Amino acid sequence: MQINKRLLQYVKTMRIYVVIVGALSFLTAMFIIFQSHYIAAIINAVFLQKQALAQVTTALIILLCLLLGRAAVIWGNDIATNFVAGTVKSELRLRLFRQLLKLGPMYVRGERSGEIANTSTEAVEALDAYFNQFFPQVCATIIIPTAILIAVFATDLLSGIILLVTWPILPVFMILIGLQANAMTERRWRQMSHLSAHFLDVLQGMTTLKLFGRNKAQQETIRNMSNRYGDTTMAVLRVAFLSSFVMEMGSTISNAVIAVEIGLRLLYGNIPFEQAFFVLLLTPEFYQPLRNLGTQFHASMNSAAGAQRIFDILEIPVKGQAQPTIPEKPATLEQTLTIEDVHYAYPTGDDNRQEALKGVSLTIQRGQKVALVGKSGAGKSTLANLLLRFIEPDQGAIKADGQDILSFKDTAWRSLVAWQPQRPYLFNTTVADNIRLGRPEASMEEVVEAARSANLDEFIATLPQGYETSIGERGTRLSGGQLQRLSLARALLKQSPLLLLDEATSTLDAESEAQVLRTIDRIAPEHFVLIIAHRLHTISRADRIVVLDHGQVIASGTHQELLEQSPVYQELIKAYEEEEAVA
Amino acid sequence: MSSPLRRLLQLAWPIRNWMLLAALLGSLTIISGIGLLTTSAYLISMAALHPDVSALSIAIVGVRFFGIARGSFRYLERLVSHRATFRLLANLRVWFYSALEPLMPARLLVQKDGQQHELRSGDLLRRAVSDIDTLQNFYIRVLAPPLVALVIGVLMWIFFGAFGIVFGLIFIAFYLLSSVGIPWLAHLLGQRVSREMVSTQAELESQLVDSVQGIADLIAFGQQERQAQSIERMNKKLQKLQMTAAYVSGMQGTLTNLLMNLTAWTMLLVAIPYVYRGELSGIILAVLVLGALASFEGVLPLASSFQQLGGSLEAARRLFEIVDARPAVQNPTTPSPTPQDHSIQVKDLSFRYEESEPYVLRDVSFTLPRGKCLMIVGPSGSGKSTLANLLLRFWDYQEGTMTLGGQPLQAYQQDDLYQQMSVVEQDTHLFNTTIRENLMIARKQASEEEMIEAARKAQLHDFVLSLPEGYDTAVGEQGLRLSGGERQRVAIARAFLKNTPILLLDEPTVNLDAITERAVLDAIKALRQQRTTIMVTHRLAEMEMADEILVLHHGRIVERGTHASLLQSEGLYWRMWQQQRARTVEAV
Repeated sequence: MQINKRLLQYVKTMRIYVVIVGALSFLTAMFIIFQSHYIAAIINAVFLQKQALAQVTTALIILLCLLLGRAAVIWGNDIATNFVAGTVKSELRLRLFRQLLKLGPMYVRGERSGEIANTSTEAVEALDAYFNQFFPQVCATIIIPTAILIAVFATDLLSGIILLVTWPILPVFMILIGLQANAMTERRWRQMSHLSAHFLDVLQGMTTLKLFGRNKAQQETIRNMSNRYGDTTMAVLRVAFLSSFVMEMGSTISNAVIAVEIGLRLLYGNIPFEQAFFVLLLTPEFYQPLRNLGTQFHASMNSAAGAQRIFDILEIPVKGQAQPTIPEKPATLEQTLTIEDVHYAYPTGDDNRQEALKGVSLTIQRGQKVALVGKSGAGKSTLANLLLRFIEPDQGAIKADGQDILSFKDTAWRSLVAWQPQRPYLFNTTVADNIRLGRPEASMEEVVEAARSANLDEFIATLPQGYETSIGERGTRLSGGQLQRLSLARALLKQSPLLLLDEATSTLDAESEAQVLRTIDRIAPEHFVLIIAHRLHTISRADRIVVLDHGQVIASGTHQELLEQSPVYQELIKAYEEEEAVA
Repeated sequence: MSSPLRRLLQLAWPIRNWMLLAALLGSLTIISGIGLLTTSAYLISMAALHPDVSALSIAIVGVRFFGIARGSFRYLERLVSHRATFRLLANLRVWFYSALEPLMPARLLVQKDGQQHELRSGDLLRRAVSDIDTLQNFYIRVLAPPLVALVIGVLMWIFFGAFGIVFGLIFIAFYLLSSVGIPWLAHLLGQRVSREMVSTQAELESQLVDSVQGIADLIAFGQQERQAQSIERMNKKLQKLQMTAAYVSGMQGTLTNLLMNLTAWTMLLVAIPYVYRGELSGIILAVLVLGALASFEGVLPLASSFQQLGGSLEAARRLFEIVDARPAVQNPTTPSPTPQDHSIQVKDLSFRYEESEPYVLRDVSFTLPRGKCLMIVGPSGSGKSTLANLLLRFWDYQEGTMTLGGQPLQAYQQDDLYQQMSVVEQDTHLFNTTIRENLMIARKQASEEEMIEAARKAQLHDFVLSLPEGYDTAVGEQGLRLSGGERQRVAIARAFLKNTPILLLDEPTVNLDAITERAVLDAIKALRQQRTTIMVTHRLAEMEMADEILVLHHGRIVERGTHASLLQSEGLYWRMWQQQRARTVEAV
């Protein structure tokens, strides 16, 4: 079991778990054997030796104890496996989260984030089946038949041989067919999710279908597709079911063979009844674990696939983050922020790297408002990622008052940066808590103040529960503009010297845009403000504009200077003008 | 019987024969298992008395028969039950689609303060689809096990009763206890814990999703440790709950096993004196014990059946909740009238979504002659999109009149109405298929040339040719492989292809950046030719195109006129115009 070995690596309790589950399986086997022994003995005594109830009372009481013991083992097994499953799941969840933190936002971005979120929830949950059912069943399948086999051999050689011969044949058959069926089953699952996706697509496009008068025809399409899918799948399933058919057939037929075999030998007096009945009682128990295993196979496939995804993430090497030279040096940014000849290239999977910044230098003084402009792909976001230390420069350095920011602890440095991302994330909690992300210990007054500065308070007042209204996934939805302002409130609440604003490309309504800009103007004197600007309004208000093109600073100056000197800037401005002057 | 369960059974009604057949086969499988063990027991008990071989022959045949029958019945049962499942899935899908269809799109839009908000429709529908996937197993996992358990219970009661009333009583008492009593007890004990577990799990899940998707924000604001602690706390809580649940579920498995063995044990205990007194043949002793053990196979799947019942009912409840809305619009029972021309007239129209809500539109009147263009502008929340939705009859208005071609809008069947209109909405839904099929949806019988011509007019053709597979390129889930501008151009090409006399454009460029907007507006200008056009817009672009402009504010028409006349009167329109220009002017 590959997943086993890897789990052993990650999960400390795994070893104890294996021992406990193994021990419980062994106990179960013992209970089964002794239980069968006593049943056979009692029936033998009453049936053939004509004993009365009083003579078998002791045996009956022992049998009752054995039954109670067996039941207790089942309970113990459930509790032990659940305990381990719970522990493993919570351990892996945390490990995953910590690993993701190490890998950083550059790894968890875009479309991948959905899949990763899914891994940390569903894939982890799917491990339950492995720990609660599959692994204990594997143990049982190894231990119980072995123990029974020994008991049968000790009782009756011929029956033992029959069991010994049939046992390996069954799994081999099952595996042979199972392998084939698995490939098919997997395809079926893919088809299945494909079909569900198609159905979803149709539901989401229902208005469109309606407008084009196609809505009625779809009903038949859905039925036909589902039915056709059912038909083709049945063909596949027939094979898949064969595997359990063989299992079932094999075990029941060998059960029948043993019954007839010992029956006939009993007839000729070649075996005593008690032993014959003992063997008969053990035979179904012999095959039971294997049959159960077959039915739990699918659950284990899910677990294995999930575990694979989890390990894939856990095993990504984390690039050694530069360690601060002086461990706990407090990060400061007082006068000047300089970016000195910074280079950065994104790794693009195969050993190639895509150059994003090629020697960018830039200085911001406290109180300055610098706008970063350039076409998309010019390197603006890369610069922001470097300033946030989501990535580290390949060459060159970013310095705060002459100190390389890499010499600070990353968390210490980030406490100096307030960031308004282009697509801020809304957490599934209240408005107030979402703003408080900037500073969890902030008082309510400060939160309100930040919201007011970001021109968000009027909107919040219209919400049913004001600041305590739930937003995010399960709550009220915010418009793009409101989201931007909320994220600005977050950044303002943080009260960090460096304000890094990634302006949204979409249009805010004119009134709130103006208000937001006034707020930024007001706080600018005590801050370092760097705006990745997309709108003329913002650009024209900056103290200095830096034009990025293909990863390099090609011009910098005031709006007027650049209009006179930089052709690229003129071109950019012309594009923005056209954009905003379409009317 | 609770209502969702009854309705669920109604949905499964058409496949009842398949289900009964599967239940029958399932019962036969277990009966074969019981038969195998009891005839085996009988066989060796008989053999122990050393009779003639011929006395054993029936038992031997029986053992062989049951040995083979069990596997075969199981196999058949699987085939039939899966067939039933697929039928059920198809039925559920068609049912849900048909039930939802008349409700769309109104059902997925909620109104608040007179404004529309799209309910997270993607999430809602995604949930619905997975709920339907859950329900497809309703039969196999939930409905079949109790049926089979019932059949086995009755038959074995009779079987044991045949050896003596007391054996029948012992059996049925233990059987009922383990098939009804224990699941019920487990339900009572586990109810609170499982509910708490579901909510804790949901909370943990949403925290994990938040942590992953919001990781940049968390790290940038230095909140990762706090989040990790919060996850850890939630983890601990969940773990504790899982343990509590394990005690209960473990108890269930334990007691079921114990009761099964106790049945055999009690039978033995009771039978021994009978055998001793010679009132019962000793041969039967082994039969009773093995028969009792084997018949509990019918009870074992009940535990999970009870557990899944809750989930199935929950899924069903959610689905019913979606479809149990009153349609916003009823189709008239009479066939649609023939429109006299392609003009639109609206008179004294007032509208609100609910009685309790404020009016969204008040006393709106306008006349749009055939082939003319009307633009509706106004700040967001002014009611302009509502007006567009009323024209599409997504809702019905309460006061005033709306006529199309001289006939009231409500007299038209929705389908006939849409045959006369092409619509370009804010967001264009593209189906996850090729560009060709996405275009051809507008007119199924269109030729290749017509389609290309439409694409060319919509300025889509060159873009399509630049794609690796041209018109056969798949657009991806929800058309995500295309940009917003490209998607809008697909919508315009669809409109060209549909070629209707009336055109309704509802903020077709609202989600586009300005440069793309320019190009899309050019395509719209081409589309506009000769068609009666209503365009709702928030940006004042291409306003010269309009023969009349309505300025909406708080649901009322506050100004109307042409672009030039409105600018002259220096009202709201003029202010909007100035505001829009100001940004540019200030910048340059």
